[in-house]
Amino acid sequence: MRIAIVGGGVAGTLTANYLAMRLREELRSKKLEILLISEREKMLYEPGLLYLIFNRVEEKDIVKELKLLLDPGVKLLIGKAEKLDLENQKVLMKNESIDYDYLVIATGSRIVPEEIPGLVETGHWFYDLEGAKRLRNELANFKKGKVVVSVMGIPHKCPVAPIEVTFLLHDFFKLHGIRKDVEIVYTYPVNRVFTMGNVSELVEQMFADRKISSRLFFNPVEVDAKKKEIVTLEGEREKFDLLVAIPPHKGAKIIIDSGINEDGWVPTEKFTLKVKGYDNVFALGDTTDLPISKAGSVAHFQAEVLAENISAEIKGLPPTARYFGKAMCFIETGFDEATYIWFDYETPPRFVKPNKFTHWMKIAYNRMFWLTARGIL
Amino acid sequence: MIIDARGSYCPGPLMELIKAMKKAKVGEVLEVLSSDASSAKDIPEWVKKSGHELLEVKNEGDHWRIVVRKVK
Repeated sequence: MRIAIVGGGVAGTLTANYLAMRLREELRSKKLEILLISEREKMLYEPGLLYLIFNRVEEKDIVKELKLLLDPGVKLLIGKAEKLDLENQKVLMKNESIDYDYLVIATGSRIVPEEIPGLVETGHWFYDLEGAKRLRNELANFKKGKVVVSVMGIPHKCPVAPIEVTFLLHDFFKLHGIRKDVEIVYTYPVNRVFTMGNVSELVEQMFADRKISSRLFFNPVEVDAKKKEIVTLEGEREKFDLLVAIPPHKGAKIIIDSGINEDGWVPTEKFTLKVKGYDNVFALGDTTDLPISKAGSVAHFQAEVLAENISAEIKGLPPTARYFGKAMCFIETGFDEATYIWFDYETPPRFVKPNKFTHWMKIAYNRMFWLTARGIL
Repeated sequence: MIIDARGSYCPGPLMELIKAMKKAKVGEVLEVLSSDASSAKDIPEWVKKSGHELLEVKNEGDHWRIVVRKVK
């Protein structure tokens, strides 16, 4: 019997490790193989990119060899899965076809900056390693002018990251004594600064305290490279000297190529995480179409549910675990304070007042994450 | 064009409309079906700001029907 997991990010790695822990006997007796298929040999701790742009962490702090994070019971295959044939229970690689009994789709999401003309040439972002390194160098040399933090589509990874980067930019410029020479503008596609009402209220107040202005119902369609302006669907133009974009996101190409969904989001049953229409195929993490944050914590909590249910089925036990939309996000509100939110499908988030302790918890978690990846924490 | 966003939560239906609006031709009529009541407020607000024409906002019992014409 084989469980194939496609995707070596947080969702896939955690699922593999949790399954290996629960199915030790089946692995030892060779009745079962847990196969993790990953395009990349290394895992990037993406929340670390927020710190890398301010040179608070370096690349080596946020990248680790995948094989060192995996339980020895998990077989790792580095390679590109090109198609998922759900009807015939196969993962198609370039030169081979892999049969599975259970499939876990953990192919994540990706930025598609090329979908906004002019963005690649003129904009910056911190949503991948190369982009974050470029932005780090740009920020170090930025002395005065207008910085626009622009969210160019929903959904995107880590919903609170645009708010965090805006607060951190404010603190960074203040620290360098140039805040008075820098205008900070934040843009968001809907009519508040965040999708959740009560988070918006708090953030709007904090933006006002910091003299950060916002543009709402702001949906960029183009970046005018010559004039250094963002052009929106609503017919507005916004000038910038430095554009920190949150580029539009899509699901993985393999999902589109397999004809599962045109934007790459996998139709997923919200409580069992089964791919709709299939009993032996599951999806978790960024790749699902669920109305929940695309965040590492979500992948973490979903991996626990999936591992419990798949291992139960294999052992002939009732698979009764349910994912209830649980999510947790730290929100850095500056270089020395943070808050956090817990929420699920039915419970809106509640805040604690931004404080130093939460910030230091987050800084500590940035290091502890590697224990989470191994399935320990 | 019908955008069936029932079962999706705020801001899903609005973002679906925005996505469709980028691809639609001027004059085209788009109809959003949403089970999230906040769509009945948010979508007309966005339509007003972006200068399109709001044709109808109707409560259909278990969902809302919001009809918009792209005018530019």
